[in-house]
Amino acid sequence: MSTLDQQLPNSADDMNPFAEVDFFDLEKSLRRPRTLMSVLLSGLVTVMTLLALGPLFSVVWMLFWRGGRKLSIAVFTQLPPSALEAGGGFGNAIAGTLIMIVIATLITVPVGVLSAVFLAKAKPEDKLAQAVRFAAKVLTGFPSILAGVFAYGAIVLLTGGFSAIAGSVAVSILMLPTILLTAEDAIRMVPVKMVEAAIGMGATETQTAWMVLLPTALPGILTGVMLAIARGAGETAPLLFTSLFSNYWPATNGHLNLMQPTASLAVLIYNFAGMPFENQVELAWAAALVLVLLVLITNLAGQALSSRQVR
Amino acid sequence: MSLAGESNGAGVGAAPAREKTSPESEVVIDCHIRELYYGTFKAVRDTTIPIVKKSITAFIGPSGCGKSTVLRCLNRMNDLVRGFRFEGHVKYGGQDIYLPSVDPVAVRRYIGMVFQQPNPFATSIFNNVAFGLRLNGYKGDVGERVEQALKQAGLWEEVKDKLHKSGLSLSGGQQQRLCIARAIATQPGVLLMDEPCSALDPVATRKIEELMLELKKRYTIAIVTHNLHQAQRVADRTGFLYVDTTQGGRTGYLVEFGESAQIFGDPQEKHTKEYIRGEFS
Ligand SMILES: Nc1ncnc2c1ncn2[C@@H]1O[C@H](COP(=O)(O)OP(=O)(O)OP(=O)(O)O)[C@@H](O)[C@H]1O
Ligand SMILES: [Mg+2]
Repeated sequence: MSTLDQQLPNSADDMNPFAEVDFFDLEKSLRRPRTLMSVLLSGLVTVMTLLALGPLFSVVWMLFWRGGRKLSIAVFTQLPPSALEAGGGFGNAIAGTLIMIVIATLITVPVGVLSAVFLAKAKPEDKLAQAVRFAAKVLTGFPSILAGVFAYGAIVLLTGGFSAIAGSVAVSILMLPTILLTAEDAIRMVPVKMVEAAIGMGATETQTAWMVLLPTALPGILTGVMLAIARGAGETAPLLFTSLFSNYWPATNGHLNLMQPTASLAVLIYNFAGMPFENQVELAWAAALVLVLLVLITNLAGQALSSRQVR
Repeated sequence: MSLAGESNGAGVGAAPAREKTSPESEVVIDCHIRELYYGTFKAVRDTTIPIVKKSITAFIGPSGCGKSTVLRCLNRMNDLVRGFRFEGHVKYGGQDIYLPSVDPVAVRRYIGMVFQQPNPFATSIFNNVAFGLRLNGYKGDVGERVEQALKQAGLWEEVKDKLHKSGLSLSGGQQQRLCIARAIATQPGVLLMDEPCSALDPVATRKIEELMLELKKRYTIAIVTHNLHQAQRVADRTGFLYVDTTQGGRTGYLVEFGESAQIFGDPQEKHTKEYIRGEFS
């Protein structure tokens, strides 16, 4: 008799390896608390998801339905109509929003990303880094209207008038913390071993930052920039104090003029949506749709840009 | 007894022959560590290792005995560690690289490093290899040097059609060879390798070992390894570091240094004997 045989149990019952298992226990049944709980919770999750999706979809649907009707080439090329005038558009507001967002991005990206490098590389006990990080965190929750008041005091009063520049500064204040904090996170996510590799090759700290840290963190940095742009583009309150509004193109004598009151989509929506005229209200809807699409396009562009990197 | 002879005939037979290829036995790095601290922790003491030109020097020893620490001393990588303090000298071609007047960045351009974990950059294969050239503002034909480095690293055939693909898309063994290519593209004087095969399977390990023997013709190599067979197969000289934890100490030191054939065939020190016997049985 082999050793194997000896180990085998002799009765057929014992040979069944599942003899101990109660098959009934494995069955799914609503009478069981664990199954019931699981079904109930799954149901709850579904209901909550639908509840959350409801408003979201109705807003988007409303936007496309009401804004889409008015959308035409004229909307992009013409100036806002006066009170009872038919037609018209908000080409100047689109231009104004684009200009202010571009300037704000040009201000915030270098400042934000380079300070992020500083924060990510600073020693944990560095007082300056702690202060900057704290300020940035406070600023993320900064009421946007205060950014407007600040830019009003700092730029409008100083330069003697409402302007696109003042608007850009106000928006920059709102964009900066988002860019700074997401970029810091993205830079911190770069694996230490990559940094070691660069240092080991004889890269200076500056070269490491430019050639390894920033390129590797680029997708994360771009996400932050996109988020910041999405926030900045939609803000109305800070622009009311800074760029105000204008019924004309942001130019004088055919030249771009950044030092005069400038129209923006957000303020146009704010102004027109409350007017008792059908045409204006419809234009406000169309402007809202354009604003959403603009943000969407920047987002897609950002994604395309970051995925163009080799993978 | 000839442990070495049995497990790998070529290992011992080849060692003296290798010796003849570099008769000058010129020491490129003269490393003497009297005391080395991480903060208040004394990690290594009394370790003197001469690294000879165009040869392979291996560091072996139990985990935590300071092999990586010693290796990273040789190109001042430990400068990145906060609280690192070093007494002694590391002379590269006669010049003490720890003098305050020496720029560690420049040192690392002469003494390259390959790490335990493959660490390519998140960029294309080509850019990975070209990295060092760009750092140095290389004026010549970058493409040519990249191809040459990849060929020397034995990776060219596998990647020549996808140089624009990310370095991270390669397998572990390929990534490690990419890192070697990156390190040799700038033609450094010395190549330091910290357990370059620890993340690799036996086949990839063999490839890297063959590569090291090939690279030895041009470069001076210092390698840390846990694999004694590997040290025996590739190294001309071997240093055994040890830390005696039973005595409560945590400070590593060099126990024995010599020709690999001697260290593996006829170790003189008690600790070396025990360690080598333990690993081979
Ligand atoms: N950055 C560091 N900071 C503080 N202590 C360190 C640091 N790196 C290593 N040590 C300590 O120095 C000693 C030697 O470490 P080292 O990494 O050189 O060992 P090793 O021989 O390479 O070990 P292994 O074979 O496991 O890689 C260990 O006690 C370790 O804890
Ligand atoms: Mg180690």
